[in-house]
Amino acid sequence: MKQTEQNNEEILSLANNLRWDLGQGFHDQLMESIFANATTIAQRSVTTSKEKPLFSFDRALDRIVTSPVFGFPVMFIILAMVFWITVQGANIPSEFLASILINDIHPALKSFAGSIGTPLWLSGLLIDGAYLSMAWVVSVMLPPMAIFFPLFTLLEDFGYLPRVAFNMDNLYRRAGAHGKQALTMAMGFGCNAAGVVATRVIDSPRERLIAIITNNFSLCNGRWPTQILIATIFIGGVVPAELAGIVSAAAVVGIAVLGIVFSLVVSFGLSKTMLKGEASTFSLELPPYRPPRILRTLYTSLIDRTIIVLWRAVVFAVPAGMVIWLVANVTFGEESIAQVFINWVDPAALIIGLNGVIILAYIIAIPANEIVIPTVLMLTVLVAGLTGVGSGSGVMFDAGSASATGTILAAGGWTLLTGINLMLFSLLHNPCSTTIYTIYKETKSVKWTLVSTFLPIVMGIVVCFFVTQIWRLFAGA
Amino acid sequence: MNTNKLELNNCASCPVHNVGNLKKLGINMSDYDYVVALAGNPNTGKSTVFNNLTGLKQHTGNWPGKTVTRAEGGFEFNDSKFKIVDLPGTYSLLSASTDEEVARDFILFGQPDVTVIVADATRLERNLNLVLQVLEITDRAVLCLNLMDEARRNKIEVDVRTLSKDLGIPVIPTEARQNIGMQELLNSINEVASGKYICKPYRMKGKSKELNSAVEKLSQKIKLEYPNIPNSNWVALRLLEGDQSIIDAVRTGELGNIKEVKRAITEDELQSEDAV
Repeated sequence: MKQTEQNNEEILSLANNLRWDLGQGFHDQLMESIFANATTIAQRSVTTSKEKPLFSFDRALDRIVTSPVFGFPVMFIILAMVFWITVQGANIPSEFLASILINDIHPALKSFAGSIGTPLWLSGLLIDGAYLSMAWVVSVMLPPMAIFFPLFTLLEDFGYLPRVAFNMDNLYRRAGAHGKQALTMAMGFGCNAAGVVATRVIDSPRERLIAIITNNFSLCNGRWPTQILIATIFIGGVVPAELAGIVSAAAVVGIAVLGIVFSLVVSFGLSKTMLKGEASTFSLELPPYRPPRILRTLYTSLIDRTIIVLWRAVVFAVPAGMVIWLVANVTFGEESIAQVFINWVDPAALIIGLNGVIILAYIIAIPANEIVIPTVLMLTVLVAGLTGVGSGSGVMFDAGSASATGTILAAGGWTLLTGINLMLFSLLHNPCSTTIYTIYKETKSVKWTLVSTFLPIVMGIVVCFFVTQIWRLFAGA
Repeated sequence: MNTNKLELNNCASCPVHNVGNLKKLGINMSDYDYVVALAGNPNTGKSTVFNNLTGLKQHTGNWPGKTVTRAEGGFEFNDSKFKIVDLPGTYSLLSASTDEEVARDFILFGQPDVTVIVADATRLERNLNLVLQVLEITDRAVLCLNLMDEARRNKIEVDVRTLSKDLGIPVIPTEARQNIGMQELLNSINEVASGKYICKPYRMKGKSKELNSAVEKLSQKIKLEYPNIPNSNWVALRLLEGDQSIIDAVRTGELGNIKEVKRAITEDELQSEDAV
């Protein structure tokens, strides 16, 4: 063994000596010789027709979508169209699913449980807690995802995403981050955990950390439904009905863009403080546009993304549903645990324009952002003491349509301000537990995991506070 | 010439017409006879080729860098079982970024029986940079010249026979998105893996005399210590360049136990794939 070690060291020292003899320039020389060899071989076998085509579709399109003038407007319009189609298209299937899963199957399950003599606490825990939360997640999430993901994947297949990165690159570089962060940000729009893994394409550890910490500012699919629903109720609600769809889509785009702005600002801040350094250069290849294979895209985006993401949501929703049922039904003196907590947090939450219900919902929903809205609704009913909607307290129910949901929320004391703050808080809060775990696995550092977790919450509280104070100053409320 | 080869697809009497012989095994690859690595520049369709061969539905995307970790799958062809590994797309194997290291370490330490390099026919010259670097590491490779449909659209013609003769490895024109050329590709993989086709890979010309003699000297010494290494010249070159991970591999003796390293990489990769 000793002998081997010695021989190894001999190899290395010989390499050192030879390297010394060769001098500095030989790496470049080596690269040049690779290029020269490639050129020679390519010239022998490739023939390009001399006549240039008069019109190149790719080049003409690139001139528009990556132009300094039209690039960003085109980007916003395309995003807005995707959301508008999602908002408009998801409503009807959502109601359909809700009416089957909640209005038909839920009572049937209850009466069946009653007929075989299941104790109330057990049927409450399993049917009113676990089953209903799952039913809610399916009916609220499946339709928008089944529309949004294929549309997004079609854009990706067509080759639009690298153009987005191309447009954004300059901004990120000026923020002291890596241009490829634009790509990982785009991945984050699907799922932050996937976006965090995708930062592996960034070579420099400093820039990679920045990309990981700021990925949470890309709205992930778990938060899209919250954004879309709240925008439809509160922002769509204050404009004439025929404009509601467009205005709510624009509001969602606004939040998404705000997320991009935050990711730039935070990247800038980090690169000037905790993660100082220069931005490194890289080359970004704009791939040719390719006609998307529509059927194949539908298949993969439904299987790869929709079903997998939905499954994850269901897996997290089932235990969360039980927790909700428990906190709403286990009493602590006169009041349920949920009630006690909400009353305790309410004064502080109101200062930042939210309420105790929202805070509790976000704590319960740490495993999955998708179940925030169902939890909020259930808790609101409990606190406002509404009767005659859903199935009573402690039951997560479906409000059927956006307007019915709005009625409940209004009864719970919600205003336009609460809606706006919820949208902001949904953008700016801790990543879900899967993402936190992924960040830990990727960074192997407790410190950076904690920074990525708590930085957005602090920002969310600060932003909501200022929005609320300024709003109250002007509205006088 | 290239179109000729594609038309063979329709010819049932031809020996490459082997549709019935391909069995897609998905991720079921418990024991295998050969390991195939899939390398190439970003966005050339590696994942599409991978899916075509394994029947898996790994998500493909039209943007560079979507495969960050390795994906693995299996297929059976002519009674041999193949394990195929989809490596991250890279422009070179020389720098130290994670994706390039994953690709390079697998080709070097994983010792695949065949390395399939997927190249974009419309950008052959740039793609050849990677091809030449792969051929420095391994002797057994197949060039899958993908996106032939796009090349045709852009009026680019590639003389496949000349290219194959120059590179010394089989060159198969394909249109992976349309599943065209896969049979010929499979056949070539099989021939190279089983040793029926002996590659005579192109070795880079134009290195200076001093460099050549330095590589020669160092390579002799490495061969003495590690007689099983097939690419001692390449290792020597990397040592001369001061490549830290190769220096470490020599220092710890990892270079010698290629089999063990191979297993270590696989476990490591599996762990990092859990994160996805």
